[in-house]
Amino acid sequence: MQTELAPARRATAAVSTEHGVLTLTVAGQLCGVSVLSVRDILGPQTITPIPLAPPEVAGGLNLRGRIVTAVDLRRRLGLSPREAASPPPMSVVVEVGGELYALLADSVGDVLALPDASLAPNPPTLDPLWRDVCAGIHQDVPVHAGDARLLIMLDVERVLDIS
Amino acid sequence: MPGRSARSYRLIHTIKGTCGFLGLSRLEKVAHAGENVLGRYREGSLSVTSGGVSLILRVVDRVREIMTGLEATGAEPAGDDAALIAELDAVFTGQVAPEDAPAASPERAVPVAVVEVPASAGKRRVAKPATAKPRRAKGAPAVAPAEPLEAPPAVPAPAAVEPTAAPAGEAVAVAQTLRVNVDVLESLMTLVSELVLTRNQLLQLSRARNDGALSGPLQRLSHITSELQEGVMKTRMQPIGNAWKGLPRLVRDLSRELGKKIELEMRGAETELDRQVLELIRDPLTHMVRNSGDHGLESPADRRAADKPEVGTVTLNAYHEGGHIIIEVGDDGRGLAVEKIRAKALSQGLATEQELAGMGERDIQRFIFRAGFSTAAAVTSVSGRGVGMDVVKTNVEKIGGTIDLRSREGKGTTFLIKIPLTLAIVSALIVEAGGERFAVPQIGVVELVRAGDGVAHIKDALVLRLRDRLLPLVSLSRLLRLDERPGEADGGGFVVVTQVGQNLFGIIVDRVFDTEEIVVKPVAPILRHVTMFSGNTILGDGSVIMILDPNGIARATGVGAEGVQEEARRGAAISSASSAERMSLLLFRAGDGAPRAVPLGLVARLEDLPGERIEMSHGRPVVQYRGALMPLVPMSDSWIPPAPGSRQAVLVFNDGDRAMGLAVEEILDVVEEALKIENGQDRAGYLGTAVIAGRATEVIDCAWWLRQAGDDWFGGKRPAARPARVLVVEDSAFFRNMLVPVLGAAGYEVVAVGSGAQALKLREAGETFDAVISDIEMPELDGLGLARAARDGGTWHTTPMIALTSRQEPEAERRGREAGFDEYVPKFDRDALLGALRGRLAASQH
Repeated sequence: MQTELAPARRATAAVSTEHGVLTLTVAGQLCGVSVLSVRDILGPQTITPIPLAPPEVAGGLNLRGRIVTAVDLRRRLGLSPREAASPPPMSVVVEVGGELYALLADSVGDVLALPDASLAPNPPTLDPLWRDVCAGIHQDVPVHAGDARLLIMLDVERVLDIS
Repeated sequence: MPGRSARSYRLIHTIKGTCGFLGLSRLEKVAHAGENVLGRYREGSLSVTSGGVSLILRVVDRVREIMTGLEATGAEPAGDDAALIAELDAVFTGQVAPEDAPAASPERAVPVAVVEVPASAGKRRVAKPATAKPRRAKGAPAVAPAEPLEAPPAVPAPAAVEPTAAPAGEAVAVAQTLRVNVDVLESLMTLVSELVLTRNQLLQLSRARNDGALSGPLQRLSHITSELQEGVMKTRMQPIGNAWKGLPRLVRDLSRELGKKIELEMRGAETELDRQVLELIRDPLTHMVRNSGDHGLESPADRRAADKPEVGTVTLNAYHEGGHIIIEVGDDGRGLAVEKIRAKALSQGLATEQELAGMGERDIQRFIFRAGFSTAAAVTSVSGRGVGMDVVKTNVEKIGGTIDLRSREGKGTTFLIKIPLTLAIVSALIVEAGGERFAVPQIGVVELVRAGDGVAHIKDALVLRLRDRLLPLVSLSRLLRLDERPGEADGGGFVVVTQVGQNLFGIIVDRVFDTEEIVVKPVAPILRHVTMFSGNTILGDGSVIMILDPNGIARATGVGAEGVQEEARRGAAISSASSAERMSLLLFRAGDGAPRAVPLGLVARLEDLPGERIEMSHGRPVVQYRGALMPLVPMSDSWIPPAPGSRQAVLVFNDGDRAMGLAVEEILDVVEEALKIENGQDRAGYLGTAVIAGRATEVIDCAWWLRQAGDDWFGGKRPAARPARVLVVEDSAFFRNMLVPVLGAAGYEVVAVGSGAQALKLREAGETFDAVISDIEMPELDGLGLARAARDGGTWHTTPMIALTSRQEPEAERRGREAGFDEYVPKFDRDALLGALRGRLAASQH
């Protein structure tokens, strides 16, 4: 996605394109996924743990008769585990390769239309783990009134490439 | 054969007639020329040759090609069929015998065809398709084969007479079958799955409420749902033969293209599997058959040189096994060259030299499943198009299946595809372990036992005494690394006795709930490497649970040796237990000094008896055991009966209805080791010392101890060692297990098999022995038959043979010697056996 978007940024003078991005927070970090890949957003769910699965896999949940594999974004991004007292996570359901997956985030925000022009490539100093799953960084994202922050674009396919 | 050619004729004829009617002239011309030739085959005025069939198949291909064009553009595609038609006509007129080389068609046939075909085509425009056929069948023989121009006009006239015959016939067929869009079936299936889940939910609610008014109608609903589900499932099932339909043709074309003689053998074509799975497996199968023909089989010259029949065989075999379908694609070709694969893996950097050195032959062969790996030296037009076994593997894994191979250089290669019946609804037992619920498919569950007192703790290993056997146990919570709850290991839970192939084992769970009908859904691809689960499902209460795969559990824990099973299933099994092979040994303590060991296979049960139950009879300890008195033999001289309230550990040995108990102090462990008994110790009751689990351990001589119980089963001292290779043929596992350590201790290398037939298989495999010790009474091939077969010729005809018998009669001995046995030894006399063996080996060396 990064290579795809980079030329678009250079051609910004010709066509100004925007991208729908669903914002979510993981351990205080503002992240985004392309809204096109999102199928559903669910509140707290009963998640059945799957023994022997990779640690990133939180378990399986039932979405209207379909089984969805839940991936804990905190663990996937190597962030601190969720505290017991904190509210249960939200599920962002995405479809990859015909399969449904739920990305567990602490909270889910708005859908923002972000110009491709504001997407910067990953800084080379970024943690290798993050560099692997990030498709770039949006700057000056208006989250609350007047408050602008950096947003990490997640490449959903690579987030789910757990080996 | 005549029926088939008539059928082909009719089909082509129908095409021709319909096309004429619709004004599709190109299609009509080709079909007509083909029909002429087929007509003569049908009459028998022209004999069917291989070249002729090729020609007709080319007609079919051409028709298909035109149809595809029609479908795409709505008009006949442009193209010239003159050459094909000329060839067909040349065959039809008998001018040319159909040859494989199309060049054989003479030029003069061409003008004839060009003139003749349009002429008849014009007339045919009036003709109705299928109805014309019966008349033509009668009229055709009257036509001289040399005059093709006369043949077609015989058709059109009667055609108009019975124009409604064909539609009527079709109507009957329509009433029997109905074409339904697959999407309709799919959505039906989804709905039924949901219905099943809802039904389960309702059942659970009603059970909780215990409402009589509700339960009656609910029962009916449940029943109808089950039937509906079964019916819908049936509509999805198709015989796998449907996916094989194109293969005979493929193999035929392949054999011509490659100049190989290939025979295709298809077994189990009626094996049914889910439509969706069938579709997904079709292409990989086609690819594999093509591969087998191209890479697997050698050229006829090479086959002759290798002493094989010229005609190579590609075998397809399908069958159900434990909720899976196994499809085998095999050939009797050159097999996989391990050395070549090793070299290629190295050159492609797939593995290092060290890694390869540590790999078994099969692991190296499995490299062919890696991406971009192809061993064919030359890229032929058939295979080697850059689509290799890795694609097949990916496709199979996509539907939750696995693929493996079995290959022997020079003998052939067989691929095994194991695919689950995905989307199928199965009955499953819901269990709980470590606070989580799991589903165990009922199909593998043999019985359910309360763990209770039967569970014995042998160090870390858990076993269950179930009737007359020791059952290895697997703790589910430990296996899945869940929190183990106290009490589980102490026998609070349940044991799900599971069968995988020939092996029985128990899975310890904390709780057992109901059985439920579950819809098997494949696990997400990122979880596919977790082999303990075969899928997941949603229960009646809406929660997601994992479905356990007993095969995976058996593999992960080693309770079911997969390789052995696989061989056994193929019937080519040679189950041999060499004394150098690893065996399970029970370690225990008795008296002072080193721990003692006994092969676990000899021990029937482990008991922990309360002291009160031990009584004295004639100065010997006995215990009432399973309705009989069992003599108890203390292992140490200083043994005193345990005080009331304390317990006594006992190893129980039995054979048939005899049983004896060996009183020991403490059971230590079960280990798996190669039993290598060192000589030099001559102590009654011990075979010698072996290093087991890093400690010097005394291996007990069961026979000696059994004799202490009063039964004169076996006896004597150990002789001096002499290295020689001995085959033991004995159907009783008990005596086999007893003889192997005895002979092993006497310094022989021992191979043991369970029947005469298995022994002969060893001979066929080229194994040689210094002596054969055989039981007489065995199922299938008995000892006498084995001796006759051995003496009949082959590599064993001079091998000394010793018969073991329980019947000491001169007549029986005479028959044994006549059959070819050199010695006749009573079954329980070890001295006599070892003496005879020594004597015979010495004699055969001089």
